[in-house]
Amino acid sequence: MAEINQGVRETVNSQAAQAFYRTLSQAAISALTPIAAVLVALAFGALLLWLNGFNGSDVVTVMVFGSFQDIRSVGEILLKATPLILIGAGLCVAFRCSIWNIGAEGQLYVGAIAATLVGTSIDGLSVWVHAPLVMLAGALAGAAWAGIAGYLKVRFQASEIVTTIMLNYIALILTSYLVTGPMRDASAAYPQSARLVREAWTPRLVTDLRLHIGILVAVVLAVALYIFLRRSSRGFALRVVGLNPHAARYAGMNVARNIMIAMCISGAMAGLAGAFEVAGVTRRLYQNISPGYGFEGIAVALLAGNNPLAAILSGGLFATLRSGSEVLQITSQVPQVLVLVIQGIVILSVVAFAKLRDILRTVA
Amino acid sequence: MSTQPFLRIDNIRKRFGPIVASDGVTLEIEEGEIHSLLGENGAGKSVLMSMICGMVRPDEGEIVYKGQSVRFASPRDAIRQRIGMVHQHFMLVPNLTVAENYILGQGSAFGVISDMATVHRKIRALSERYALDVRPDAIVEDLSVGEQQRVEILKVLFHGIDLLILDEPTAVLTPQETDRLLSLMGDLVKDGKTVVFISHKLDEVMRVSNRISVMRDGRVVNTVKVGETNARELARMMVGRDVRMELPRSPKPPGRTVLSVENLTCRAETGLPAVRDVSLHVRAGEIVGIAGVSGNGQTELALALSGLLPVDSGRVVLNGNDITGLDPAEINARRFSHIPEDRHKHGIVLPLSLSENTILQRYDQKPFATGRMLNRRVIGEHTRDLIKRFRVKSRDENQPIAALSGGNQQKLVVARELARDPDFILVNQLARGIDIGAMEFVMEEMLRQRDSGRAILLISTELEELFAICDRILVMFHGEILGELPPDRARLDELGLLMAGNTDQPALAG
Amino acid sequence: MDDMTSLTFLAALVGAAWRLATPLIFASIGEVFSERAGVLNIGLEGTMLVGAFCGFAAASATGNIPLGLSAGVAGGMLFGLVFAFFTITIKADQIVVGAALNLLGMGLTAFLFRTYYVSTGKGIEIAQPVHIPWLSDLPFLGEAFFRQNLIVYSTILVAIVATLVLYRTSFGLTLRAVGEHPKAVDVAGRSVVGYRYAAVLVGTGLAGLGGAFLTLGHSNQFVEGITSGRGFIALAVVVFARWSPIGAFFVSLLFGLFYALQLMLQAQASIVVPYQVLQALPYIMTIVTLVAFRGKGAAPSKLGQPYEMR
Repeated sequence: MAEINQGVRETVNSQAAQAFYRTLSQAAISALTPIAAVLVALAFGALLLWLNGFNGSDVVTVMVFGSFQDIRSVGEILLKATPLILIGAGLCVAFRCSIWNIGAEGQLYVGAIAATLVGTSIDGLSVWVHAPLVMLAGALAGAAWAGIAGYLKVRFQASEIVTTIMLNYIALILTSYLVTGPMRDASAAYPQSARLVREAWTPRLVTDLRLHIGILVAVVLAVALYIFLRRSSRGFALRVVGLNPHAARYAGMNVARNIMIAMCISGAMAGLAGAFEVAGVTRRLYQNISPGYGFEGIAVALLAGNNPLAAILSGGLFATLRSGSEVLQITSQVPQVLVLVIQGIVILSVVAFAKLRDILRTVA
Repeated sequence: MSTQPFLRIDNIRKRFGPIVASDGVTLEIEEGEIHSLLGENGAGKSVLMSMICGMVRPDEGEIVYKGQSVRFASPRDAIRQRIGMVHQHFMLVPNLTVAENYILGQGSAFGVISDMATVHRKIRALSERYALDVRPDAIVEDLSVGEQQRVEILKVLFHGIDLLILDEPTAVLTPQETDRLLSLMGDLVKDGKTVVFISHKLDEVMRVSNRISVMRDGRVVNTVKVGETNARELARMMVGRDVRMELPRSPKPPGRTVLSVENLTCRAETGLPAVRDVSLHVRAGEIVGIAGVSGNGQTELALALSGLLPVDSGRVVLNGNDITGLDPAEINARRFSHIPEDRHKHGIVLPLSLSENTILQRYDQKPFATGRMLNRRVIGEHTRDLIKRFRVKSRDENQPIAALSGGNQQKLVVARELARDPDFILVNQLARGIDIGAMEFVMEEMLRQRDSGRAILLISTELEELFAICDRILVMFHGEILGELPPDRARLDELGLLMAGNTDQPALAG
Repeated sequence: MDDMTSLTFLAALVGAAWRLATPLIFASIGEVFSERAGVLNIGLEGTMLVGAFCGFAAASATGNIPLGLSAGVAGGMLFGLVFAFFTITIKADQIVVGAALNLLGMGLTAFLFRTYYVSTGKGIEIAQPVHIPWLSDLPFLGEAFFRQNLIVYSTILVAIVATLVLYRTSFGLTLRAVGEHPKAVDVAGRSVVGYRYAAVLVGTGLAGLGGAFLTLGHSNQFVEGITSGRGFIALAVVVFARWSPIGAFFVSLLFGLFYALQLMLQAQASIVVPYQVLQALPYIMTIVTLVAFRGKGAAPSKLGQPYEMR
C-alpha cells in the first residue's frame, strides 16, 4: 500500500516536474530571443560606426553604459522610458488583436494637445484634481484619435496601417497649426503654447530630478494590461479576434467592438504618454514634442513579444540606448539618429530569431 | 512484353516533421491500366502521388519510370516526362482565362505572349475530341466546380501526358458527372494513356479499375486485380479490421419540432444568390440529413442558420422563437450548437490551448468567468473532463490544439458543442478529414444525442455518412431543397438524380 | 483674377501636378508589381528615402544625373533584397518587416547625411526641363505638359511598359498568378519564390527611382524624411487604382494635383485658410480614398501571405 502511494506520488511529482521544466525552458528560450536580437543590433551599430570612421566600441561603452553616470542620468533614462513603456504596452494589446496601429506618434501628439488645452485653460483647481484631469484628457484624446482609424477599419475595411500613418501626419500638422496659430504664446519668439498652470503639472517623483510619477503609472498600467490580456475574459476575446476572427464571430464575439477596444486602449496609452510629455517634462506644447516615441514603441512591443510585462524591460532598454545616443552625439559627434537604425535591426533580428526558434523546435 | 513495369515505386519514405507520410511504399503500375489507389484520408495516397509528379521529394527510395530511375526536382520535370496530375484542389488561377492557365509556366519565362489563337485552336480541338466542352476564353472563376475539373483534366492533356494521376476527382461531382468522368478514364486508356485513380470510394474503384492498391498508414498493404476481390475485402484492407457499415438505431418516433426554417433566402459573401426559398423542419429525437454536391448552398445555409450570414428573406424559428437575423452570440445562447464545416476557419483557434478552445462561446459566462476574469481552475477541470469523456488524445489541457490530429480536434469541437447542452445541433461535415476510428465515435455520439431527444441537422457530401445515421435525407441543389428520401440505399439512383438537379420523377413529388 | 491669369494658373497647376505626381507614379506602379505577386511592402517609405539619398550621394559625387538615378534604383533594390529575404525566404510578417525597414531607411539615410553632408549644405544641379520645339511654346498646353524634365516624361513610358509587361508577357502572366494561386504556379514549374523576389525588386527599384527623383529632379538637396509619407500614400494609390499600372498613373496624378494645389495656394496671398489645411490635404485625401474606393474584390487574394510549399 505504501509502495503504491509512493509510486503515485512519484508520478505526480515527475509530471509536475516535467511541466515545470517545460515552462522554465520555454521561458528561457523566449528570453534568449530578444537578448540575441539586441546583441545583433548593437553589433550592427558598432559596424556602422566603424565603417564611417567612428569608434565602434562606443556602442557598448557609451550607448549602453554611458548614461548610467549618476542618479540624475538614471532619472533621465526613466523619464524617456515612461512614454516608451506606455506606448509599447498599449501596442502589445493592439498587436495581440492583430491591429497594426502604426499611429502611436499621432495619438501621442493629440494627447499632448488635449493635455495642453486642459492644462492651460482651467485655473484654480487643486493639483489632486488638475493633474489627473490632464492625464485623463490626454488618454481620451489619444483613444479618440486611434478610434477614428478603428472605426474606418470596422466600418469601411480601410487598412489601419495606412489610416493611422496618415493620422500621424495630420496630428503633426494640427500641432504645428495650433502652436503657430490659436494656441501660440504671443510673447515667445519660438512657436509654442502658453505654459500649463502649476497645478496641472505631473508631480515629480524626486524633488530635484525631472523624473515624474509617470514612470510609476506606466509600470502599473503595463502590469494591468498584462493581467487584462492573460486573465480577463475581454482580453481573451481580444486574443481570439487577433488569432482567428472567423472563429471569434462563430463563437459570438463582436469582432468590430473588440477591434475598437484594442485600438482605443493603445491610443489611450499613447495619448497618456503625450500628456506626460507636456505636463511632466516640457510644460508647454511644441511642434516637435516627440522624437519619434510613437514609432519606437512599435519596436518596444515587438521586442517584448507583444507581452506588456516584458514591454517594461524593452522600454527601459530603448530608453537607455536613446539616452546613450545623446551622450554619443555630444562626446563623439555621432548622429543621434543611430538609434533608429538600431531599432530597425532589433525588429528584424527579433523576427529572424523567432523563425530560427520555430525551425529548431520542429527539428527537435 | 517487357518485364520492366511502366512505373515502379521502390521503398519510398517521406516524413514531414514528426509525421510519417510514406513508410516504405512499394508499388508497380503497368502501362495502359487504370490503377486505383484506395485508402482512408491520411493513408498517404496524395503524398505518394505528389512525389511522382515532382511536387514533393522523397527522403528515401527510388522511382523508376519507363525503365529509368527518375528524380524530379519540380512538377515541370514531371510534365516534361509526360506525367500529369489533377489535384483535389484545382491548380487553376481563378482570375485568368482557361487558355492563360494552360500556357502558365510554358515556354520562355520572359517571352511575349503572342499566338494565343493557336493555343485556342488546340484547346478547342482537344475539347471536341474528348467531348469535354471547354471554352478557351472563359475566366476560370466564372465556371462551376464540375466545369473547372474538366478544364483541369484538359490542361493536363494539353501539356501532353502518358501518365495521368487523378486525386479524389469525384469528391466534387454528382453521381452522373462521376459516371461521365469514369467513362472518360476508359477513353484515355484507349488512347494509350495510363491512369492512376486515387479514391476512398469503394464502388467507383470497383467499377473502373484494372487493379487496385490499398494504402494504410503510409504503406501499400496489398495490390489486387479487380475481378479477384470484393468491396468488403477492400474495406477490411483499408481499415485493418471489419467495418460496421450499419450503426444500431433505436426506432423511436420523433417529438416536437425544434427548428423550423421557412422560405429562407440568402446570398453568399460574393453577393451571388446561394440559398433559395428553403423550408425544412427538424424534430426532437431525429437526425435530418442534407445531401448534395458541395457548393450547392449548403455552406451558406449553415452560416445563415447560425447567424454568420445575413438572411434576405424567410424565417428561422428555434423552440418557437424567431431567431432570424440575430447575431451568433444570441443564437448560441438559445441552446443552438454548431459543428462547423471548416474546423480550422470557424471551429477552433489553432494556437490556443485545448482549455481556451473549450470556452470559446462561454468565456464570459459563469462558471468559466468570475466577474470579468477567467476562472482558470474551473476551465481546466471542465476541459480535462471533456478530454476524458470524448477520449481526446492529448498531452494535457494546456497543449495548443494545433498539436492534435484532425480527428482529435474534431472530437474536442464535438465535445464542446455537446457540453453546451443544446436542443438543436447543426452539423456540417461531421467526419471530414478524420480517421475511421474517430468517425465511428462521433457518429455513434450523434445517434446517442438523437436518442436523448436532441434535434440534429446533418449536412454532408458523404452519402455513406448520411445513410448511416439519418432518419430523413433532404437533397439540396442550386440553393434549393429538391426533395426528401428515406435513408434507403436502394434509392441511391433517385438521390443521385436529385443531386444533379433532376426532378422529373413522379415518385418524388411531395 | 481675370481669365488670362486663371488660365496661366491652371496651366502651372497641371504642370506642377504631373511633376509632383512623378515619385508617386514610380512608387505605386512598382508596388502594383509587388502586390500582384502577393507581397505588401509597407517599407516603401524607407525604400524611397534610401533611393533619394543614394541618388543624391551619387549625383553630388559625380555630377551625373543618370548615374544618380541608377544609384537610387540600386539602393532601392538593395533594400528590397533585405525585405524579400525576410518576408519571402524566412516568411516573416510583411508588416513587421516593412515597419522595420521604414525605421532603418529613415535612420540610415539621416545618419549618413548628417555624417557626410549636413555641414557642407551643398546642393546639386538637378535635371532641367527639356524644351520641346513648337510643343513647349503652345499656349496653355506648353506650360502644362511640355516643360518638364526627362524623368517626368518617362513616367508615361514606365506606365505603358509596366502595362505591357503585366498583361502581354509570360512574366506578367505568371506574376499575376503568383498573387492569386501561388501553388498553381509552383505546379506549373515556375518558382514562386523567384517571382516574388523579382516582383519585390521591380517594386523597390521603382520606389528607389521615385525617391531619387525627389533629390535629382525636384529639390536639389537631400532632407531627412524628404519623402514625407509618399511611400504610404503610394500604398493607398494602389488600392484606388485597383492594382493596375495605368490606374496607378492617373490616381498618382490626382494626388499630384493635391500637392500642387497646396504649393500654389500657399503662394497666393489672398487665400484665407491656414496653410496647414492645404498641407494636410494629401493625407486627408488618402484616407478618403481608402474609404471611398474599397478594393476588396480586386485585391490579389494571397496579398500579405507567405507561400508554404506544403
